[in-house]
Amino acid sequence: MGWLSRPATETQITHGRRLWLYAVAVLVMAFLVLPTLIVVPMSFSGSQYLEFPPREWSLRWYRTYLASPEWMQATWTSLKAGVLTMLVATPLGTLAAYGLFTARVGLGRLVFALLVTPIIVPVILVGIGVFYAYVQLKLVNTLAGIVLAHAMLAVPIVLMIVTAALKSHDMSQEMVARSLGASRLRAFLLVTLPQIRFSVATSAVLAFLTSFDEVIVALFVSGGPNSTLTRSMFNALRDQIDPTIAAISTIMILVSSLLLAVAQTVGQPRRPAVK
Amino acid sequence: MSERPNEAGLRRDALLERLALFGLGSPALLLVLVAMVLPVGWLFWLSFLGDDGTFSLEHYQRMLAEPSYRRTFATTFQVSFLTTAICILLGYPLAYVLAQLPQRIANLCMIGVLLPFWTSLLVRTYAWLVLLQRQGLINQWGIELGLWSEPLTLVHNLNGTLIGMVHIMLPFLILPVYASMRAIDRDFIKAAANLGAGPVAAFWKVFLPLSLPGLFGGALIVFILCLGFYVTPAVLGGGRVIMVSNRIATDIELFFNWGAASALGVVLLALTLLLLWGASRIVRLDRVLGAGH
Repeated sequence: MGWLSRPATETQITHGRRLWLYAVAVLVMAFLVLPTLIVVPMSFSGSQYLEFPPREWSLRWYRTYLASPEWMQATWTSLKAGVLTMLVATPLGTLAAYGLFTARVGLGRLVFALLVTPIIVPVILVGIGVFYAYVQLKLVNTLAGIVLAHAMLAVPIVLMIVTAALKSHDMSQEMVARSLGASRLRAFLLVTLPQIRFSVATSAVLAFLTSFDEVIVALFVSGGPNSTLTRSMFNALRDQIDPTIAAISTIMILVSSLLLAVAQTVGQPRRPAVK
Repeated sequence: MSERPNEAGLRRDALLERLALFGLGSPALLLVLVAMVLPVGWLFWLSFLGDDGTFSLEHYQRMLAEPSYRRTFATTFQVSFLTTAICILLGYPLAYVLAQLPQRIANLCMIGVLLPFWTSLLVRTYAWLVLLQRQGLINQWGIELGLWSEPLTLVHNLNGTLIGMVHIMLPFLILPVYASMRAIDRDFIKAAANLGAGPVAAFWKVFLPLSLPGLFGGALIVFILCLGFYVTPAVLGGGRVIMVSNRIATDIELFFNWGAASALGVVLLALTLLLLWGASRIVRLDRVLGAGH
C-alpha cells in the first residue's frame, strides 16, 4: 500500500487521502462513456424487451431493420444527403478558408464571423426559418432542400478546421512556388493543398456527420419519401421504445467511429521529427 | 526614374489579387446568406407583423402577458441553470484529475470525454430512454442493490431531461476547464505549500481562482447551448418539459402561428447573442465551439 501514502501533488496530500476524488472521476467517466456503449449489446437481444445482458442473443432487430422498406428508404436518404452535403460544404468551406486567410482584408474578419453564425444561432430558428422559405420555394421534402440547409450548417465546421490548418502551415512555401513560375492556382493545388489535405479530409468527414446526425432541420424540411433516418428515429422515439432503433443506433455508432478513426489515422500530419 | 509608375502598378496588382482571393469566400457566404440569414431575417420581420398584416408588437406583448409563455421561459432557465450547475459539479473534479495525470494517459482519457461528441445525439437520447424507463437497467439495479424499493420515474419528466442534457453538455464544460487547468503553473502550488498552505487552502486560495476563467467560460457556453435545446426535452421530457425551442416547434406544427413562433425565436436568439458576447470577453470561443454540437 505504498502508493496510498505517497504524495499526489506539490501540496504533499497523499493519494490515500484523496481516493474519493479518484472515485468521483471514475464515476463521471463511466457516466460519459457507458450509456452509449450499452446500446450495442442490447441490440443483439432476442426478446421484445431490451435487456442487459440479453438472455438470448439474436440478430432479430437487425433483420427487422433490413427488411423494412421505410427504414431502408430513410437510411438511403440520409446517406445521399450526407454525401452531397460533404461534396458541397467541403470545397466551399475550404475555398472560403483559403481566400479569407490569404487576402488579409479588414472585412475578412466580418465575413468569417458571418460564416460561423450557423453554429451559434439556435437550430430551431434555422429549422423554422428554412421551412418557411422552402414552402415558398417548393423545396419542402426534397433532397435538394435538405442538402442546401445541411451544407450551410457544415460550412462553418469546414471553415474552422481548414483555417486552423492554414494557420499552422508555412505560407511562404507557396510564395517560393510562385516565384519559381507557378500560378497561384497551381501553387495552391501542388504545394498548399497536399499539406493541409488531412485537415480537409477530417472536415469532409465531419461535414458528412453533420448532415447524417442532424435532427431538427430534418424534422421540418424532410418528409415523405425523402424522410431522413434521424427524422424517422425521432418520430419512433416519441411513440414507444422500439428495439429496432437499438440496432440502428449500433450501426450509427459504428459508422461514425469508423469514419472518425479513418480521419484520425490518415489525418495525423507527418511532421518532421525536429525538436 | 520609371520606378514610381511600376510601384503603383504593383500595388494595384496586389490589391486586385487580394480582392480576388477575398472573393473565394463568396460561394460560402452566398450559401449562408440564402439558407440562413435571409430565412432568419424573414422570421424577424414576421415577428413584428400583427394578425392584420401591419406592424405591431402584439406577439411580444402577448409573450409578456400570457402566463404560459412565462412558464416556458422559467422552465428554460431552470433546466439550463440546473444542467450547468450539475455539469460544474461533475465536470470540475474530473477535469482536475485529468489535468494532473501524465499527458499521455490524459490524452487517452480525453477520448472517453470526447466519445459522446462522436455519437449521434439521437442515439444517446435513445440510450437514456432505454436505461431510465420503469423496467430499465437503472431501476432494475437500484432495486436489486436495495437503493430504492419502488421503480422511480426517471424519464418523461424533468429528471430524464436533466440527465440527458448533462450527458450531452459535460464535454463542453470539461474541455475549457481542463485546458485552463493544464495552463496553470504548478510552481504556484509549490509556493503555496512552501508558505505553509495545506492541500485544502492551496486549492481554494490558489488553484481554484486560477482555473476560474476556464470554468466561467465553459459554464457560460453550456448555459447558452442549453437554452436552445429541443430534442432531449422533447424525448426524455415526454411533453412535460417545454423549453423555448419546443414551444416554437409546437406553435408551428400545431397552430401554424408564425408570428408567435418568430417572436419567441427572436427573443431566444437575442438572449443567445447577448450571453455569447459576454462569454467572448472571457474565453476564446472558437476553441470551445469547434468541438462539436
